[in-house]
Amino acid sequence: MSEVLTRSAARNIFYGGSLFFFLLFAALTAHTHWYMVTVSTDSEGLTESVKRGKHVWEENSCINCHSILGEGAYFAPELGNVWTRYGGRENAEAARAGIKAWIRAQPLNIPGRRVMPNFNLDEEELDALVDFLKWTDSIDTQGWPPTPAG
Amino acid sequence: MKYETQRVAYPFFAVAMALFALQIIFGIMAATVYIMPEFLAEAMPFHIMRMSHTNLLVVWLLIGFMGCTYYLMPEEAEQEIHSPMIAYVQLAIFAVAGAGALVSYQLGIHEGREFLEQPLWSKILITVSFLMFLYNTSLTLMKGRKTAINLVLMLGLWLAAVFWLFAFFNPSNLAVDKLYWWWVVHLWVEGVWELIMASLLAYLLIKMTGVDREIIEKWLYVIIGLALFSGLLGTGHHYYWIGAPGYWQPLSSIFSTLEVLPFFAMVMFAFFMFWKGRRNHPNKSAMLWTLGSATLAFFGAGVWGFMHTLSFINYYTHGTQVTAAHGHLAFFGAYVMMILAVITYAMPQLRRVQPYNQILNMWSFWLMSSAMCFMTFTLTFAGVVQTHLQRVMGMNYMAVQEQLQLFYVMRLGSGVLVAIAAIVFFVAVFGPAKEQASASSVAAQ
Repeated sequence: MSEVLTRSAARNIFYGGSLFFFLLFAALTAHTHWYMVTVSTDSEGLTESVKRGKHVWEENSCINCHSILGEGAYFAPELGNVWTRYGGRENAEAARAGIKAWIRAQPLNIPGRRVMPNFNLDEEELDALVDFLKWTDSIDTQGWPPTPAG
Repeated sequence: MKYETQRVAYPFFAVAMALFALQIIFGIMAATVYIMPEFLAEAMPFHIMRMSHTNLLVVWLLIGFMGCTYYLMPEEAEQEIHSPMIAYVQLAIFAVAGAGALVSYQLGIHEGREFLEQPLWSKILITVSFLMFLYNTSLTLMKGRKTAINLVLMLGLWLAAVFWLFAFFNPSNLAVDKLYWWWVVHLWVEGVWELIMASLLAYLLIKMTGVDREIIEKWLYVIIGLALFSGLLGTGHHYYWIGAPGYWQPLSSIFSTLEVLPFFAMVMFAFFMFWKGRRNHPNKSAMLWTLGSATLAFFGAGVWGFMHTLSFINYYTHGTQVTAAHGHLAFFGAYVMMILAVITYAMPQLRRVQPYNQILNMWSFWLMSSAMCFMTFTLTFAGVVQTHLQRVMGMNYMAVQEQLQLFYVMRLGSGVLVAIAAIVFFVAVFGPAKEQASASSVAAQ
């Protein structure tokens, strides 16, 4: 390597190559952005309530216990497909009621079980959160997760 | 220490180590919750511990990078730091932003995206402090000698600042949110931070092995070239399952596999230079941390990253304890150890004494490294069992977690060992300088 590659050649390859790969990556990101808003997610269904639900999700830092689409803290169940797990695709009313009741029932006070705090969400926040989870469940995730367990 | 303003690094190192200690404490508390779920359940729920643990890591690594930069810049640029006063002020701002965020978390005040939980005012202060830092160090560089090491270091730091700006962008479409969230998270730790790490490694090797700058700087460009050529498109290994197009699966399977190469090059580089070097540097423990960092970065970031980066494997392992295993060893090897190496190298000179407490420091190295490896192994086994039960057999999440209890107990144990090793490190570095280097090594210097 000492003869075939000089320091300035290595430097030029680094700058040129990095710029090339950055531009390629930026272009693919732009395409992915377009694909997400037009193909893989339900842009029309992204209602005010879904947006508010995302805020509820963030304000209570749900991500630091749960994961969503596989990203998060792995301390509590995956929620990207919780709508499917509660049977929301068959019976939306029952799933909504079930998820809300579950959140309200926390903490369960079962000895030895991981504790989810009660975040004192009101009816509107709970509905918005469920709308957000339902909307997330509809994202085309290339078939992930492999099983409904998340 | 040739330049008086290198002293600026000292308070940065001290603050960084204080936050490192806090990070370990929150980590141990969170690991305890895995075993005793009711532990502090009301006073400090798990999500608060976890965001404290991860945020402290990022904040102290950044302060550590700043300290390393202030230490090496005068020697590389052959120029005193532009303004020590700016350095102290920006450290104070950064510390207030970090500590303020930490306190606000305990009160339940935070934003909601993983690792970016800092309240807005804290994010703004971090930005201000970082810009002051970049101004101060860039001005020093512009006035002085430009080497590959200080140019690459500053490039890495500037790009880190640029990508940080995506932290202020939070789209309401969750998929788009994740798309750009990775522009901060991945492009930092698997992109531009590698520039910082590689230039620190190159600096330490020049100083301690005495190998020609020409050779070391050529390696440096090759390594960071490999890092960005693979790491930029490698970002897509986070895009497999979040609503992105299917082409990311083959594309990023290939490119993120290549992310092993820069780490392989770094470990080869470090050991070649070590063997090639004629200089027998008296600071043996700094050399040990340097070689150890390159080695565990290769295993943690390289091998453990590759283990679950292929899309058809990641389909099953994504979001399990396998990710936690990889995250712990990658951060530890690549960034924690590299900063500890620079601190170990710099502190005797900052304190104007010969290398001291070498044996104690090496004890810390072996204890901390093996404890972190053991932690990684336990989480890896937990992840493999979890993947099989949950992702292949479809068992319920909570039922699977009960099967992992033994691994979590061992993880807590290794965490306690890391804490002990950290205390030994602090004593070795900041404590009284008990021992001089041996006469032969002083003569060789």
